[in-house]
Amino acid sequence: MVTSKHEYIVCDPDKCTSCNMCELACAITHAKTFDPSQSRIRVVRIEPVVMMAVACRMCEDAPCVIACPRNALTQNPATGVIKVDNDLCDGCGWCIQACDFGAIHLNPATKDAEMCDLCADQEEPQCVAICPKEALKLSTPQRVAREARKEAVSQLLKELLE
Amino acid sequence: MQSFTGKILHIDLTHRKSWVQTVDDAYLKRWIGGVGLAARLAYENTAKGADPLGPDNALCFAASSFAGTLVPVGSKHGVAAKSPLTNRLGDCLASSYFSQSFRRAGYDGIVITGAADKWIYVFVDDDTVTFRDASHLLGKHTFETEEAIREELGDEAVRVSTIGLAGEKLVRFANITNDRGRQAGRTGLGAVMGAKKLKALAVRGSKPIDVADPQGLLEKAKALTKLSVGPKTEKYRVMGTPSNVLNMNRLGVLPTRNYQSGTFEHADKVSGEVMLEQYVEKAVSCAGCSIACEHITRVREGDYAGARTSVDYESLFALGPNCGVDNLAAIIKAIETCDNYGMDTMSSGVTISWAMECYQRGILTKEDFGGLEPDWGNHAVVIKLAEMIAKREGIGDLLAEGTKRAAEKVGQGSAHFAMNVKGLEAAGYDARGFQTFALGCAVGTRGPCHNRSLAYEPDAKGEVDRLKTEPARGQIAKDCEELAALFDCAMLCKFIRGCLKDAWSEVSELFTMTTGIPITAAEMRQAMERVWNMKKAFNIREGWTRAEDWLPDRWTQDPMPEGGSKGAVVSPEGLKEMIDAYYLARGWTPEGLIPKDKLAALDMADVAEDIGV
Repeated sequence: MVTSKHEYIVCDPDKCTSCNMCELACAITHAKTFDPSQSRIRVVRIEPVVMMAVACRMCEDAPCVIACPRNALTQNPATGVIKVDNDLCDGCGWCIQACDFGAIHLNPATKDAEMCDLCADQEEPQCVAICPKEALKLSTPQRVAREARKEAVSQLLKELLE
Repeated sequence: MQSFTGKILHIDLTHRKSWVQTVDDAYLKRWIGGVGLAARLAYENTAKGADPLGPDNALCFAASSFAGTLVPVGSKHGVAAKSPLTNRLGDCLASSYFSQSFRRAGYDGIVITGAADKWIYVFVDDDTVTFRDASHLLGKHTFETEEAIREELGDEAVRVSTIGLAGEKLVRFANITNDRGRQAGRTGLGAVMGAKKLKALAVRGSKPIDVADPQGLLEKAKALTKLSVGPKTEKYRVMGTPSNVLNMNRLGVLPTRNYQSGTFEHADKVSGEVMLEQYVEKAVSCAGCSIACEHITRVREGDYAGARTSVDYESLFALGPNCGVDNLAAIIKAIETCDNYGMDTMSSGVTISWAMECYQRGILTKEDFGGLEPDWGNHAVVIKLAEMIAKREGIGDLLAEGTKRAAEKVGQGSAHFAMNVKGLEAAGYDARGFQTFALGCAVGTRGPCHNRSLAYEPDAKGEVDRLKTEPARGQIAKDCEELAALFDCAMLCKFIRGCLKDAWSEVSELFTMTTGIPITAAEMRQAMERVWNMKKAFNIREGWTRAEDWLPDRWTQDPMPEGGSKGAVVSPEGLKEMIDAYYLARGWTPEGLIPKDKLAALDMADVAEDIGV
């Protein structure tokens, strides 16, 4: 597995408050119902102040794609988005096991594998649009690192000026 | 109907049976949900004169049509039963994932009656109800119980409402806790659970929630979410409700040393500002909430290192300034202690401060306290007393009864400063400095509650002369109660109220968008009046008389000694006039009873016989 050069939904755990509005927005967008168990992004809170949302990271050489015994998963080389062919998928769950981030689930209704598609039919990912704390954004690890560097240096400047 | 299911789950603990009752659109439109629906269910399922701590008291949970949808700050549920503290209706609400799960299990309400013969917890797993042994959970703290049940059932998606030791010991102000620190906090409903030997109610819901107008709802929800992170909620987001400490102190209404003063000389040491600077780890939110007011604090050094809990103004005032405590780390520890044992922080603090004043006046002695010396500000003793209450140890056994019963037992004039109405301890605003709120406190169906009344708002905002009574406040108090009811029944957090241009029409619209049940703003207003009359009818059936609508003597006899409300006192004549005006505004008789024509106008003539009209 290689960390992606593609854009995916990045969550800043410092900003995430575990409100689950991303899950609800995802479910209503994709499944047309408020059912977080059909959401492709999941909030995990393991401790009073430790929490973040997790969705597909669009890995290069994605292990889930390799793992699928029926070749039901294909990755778009341009966007990194992984598509599930519902006719081929038989819900065996190998892709789920292959994912280190727990970003894939079986839809409880269709029993097919599902993961984030960056809201292909929408203007922007709906979880990003609703997130009240701006904890979610569409980004790449490189860009996140660049922004962090910039922020760190700006902080330095601020301290110098004080 | 959409969103609602029309299903009320009944659980009989005595016979370990459950069944489902169905209700129709008309019923849900009459009671709306949340506190309104819970109150109605409690009325229907609790026999007149039932012992609050006996099997005949029905503990009722009720959903709202917003919980689990994208309506921001709408994932809440109501809880009601006859209160062991007031012997009147105890109606509460709590928020977060439990509210969503209980709806996704497919129910609009859960009514729990009877009592188990040994300690159990109930697991509602969608359509299946099981009764499980809870003997291994006894004595466990609230958060621990929640985690233990999740572990036992092997699923993170299980959500739990639980009691702590205080509920097991029938402390009359024990609460019900869910989602690590959300509480159905007041009026002692945790003791009702304890009396039923019900340690917890665990719920796993896996059903989708469908709404009538998904597109419309989504647009409205997004717009409201945007507004909810704007300037109108900044106070809650940045500092949470503890931002009130310095404001209330400035106005001279910050209860200090059991309401002997409204000004705390060390307020700047226990302010929201200090909390934010020194103790806040992170602000987190309830499920479905865009605001995130819950400030989780942690003490990192000193005697109370390791203490960690969320801090709200009401908990802070009660266990802090009100007990003379100027040490914020100790206040955090005291709040954590109450939260762990599952006790209302407000009633705990106000009961402890009553005991401290008894000690100050020599009514209770060092011997009565088992050697402790509860001088004002002695935070170690405050924390110790909270623990003794939960365990009903020593003087804790007396204090676990609340201020009203404790003062009746101790006598010697201690009722003068037992700061309760109907048995429920007062909130963090001295009513002498907020006299519209004084009326709200006197007439509130569950006691002196800022959440149910909201009548402190015109006082705090300077819309009225807050230091005086006047009959015009009768109508104002009624309007404030019904606005509060709108948020408590349709179920939105009140912290979003500043973001709504016209709460009545906007909330009504959201109700229709979720349920598909048409309702106008005018019908919604009438529904809230109906809810308030329902709660009142519950109390009348239990023997309520006008004498109960009154304030503790301290507020009507002792002028405020200092500060921003210096000299203020709620004049008994003025209070009586306001109460008269309030009953008139409500269309009640001068005795405060609901006449038959009022019941008919509100489409609730079915209660007439019960309340003797």
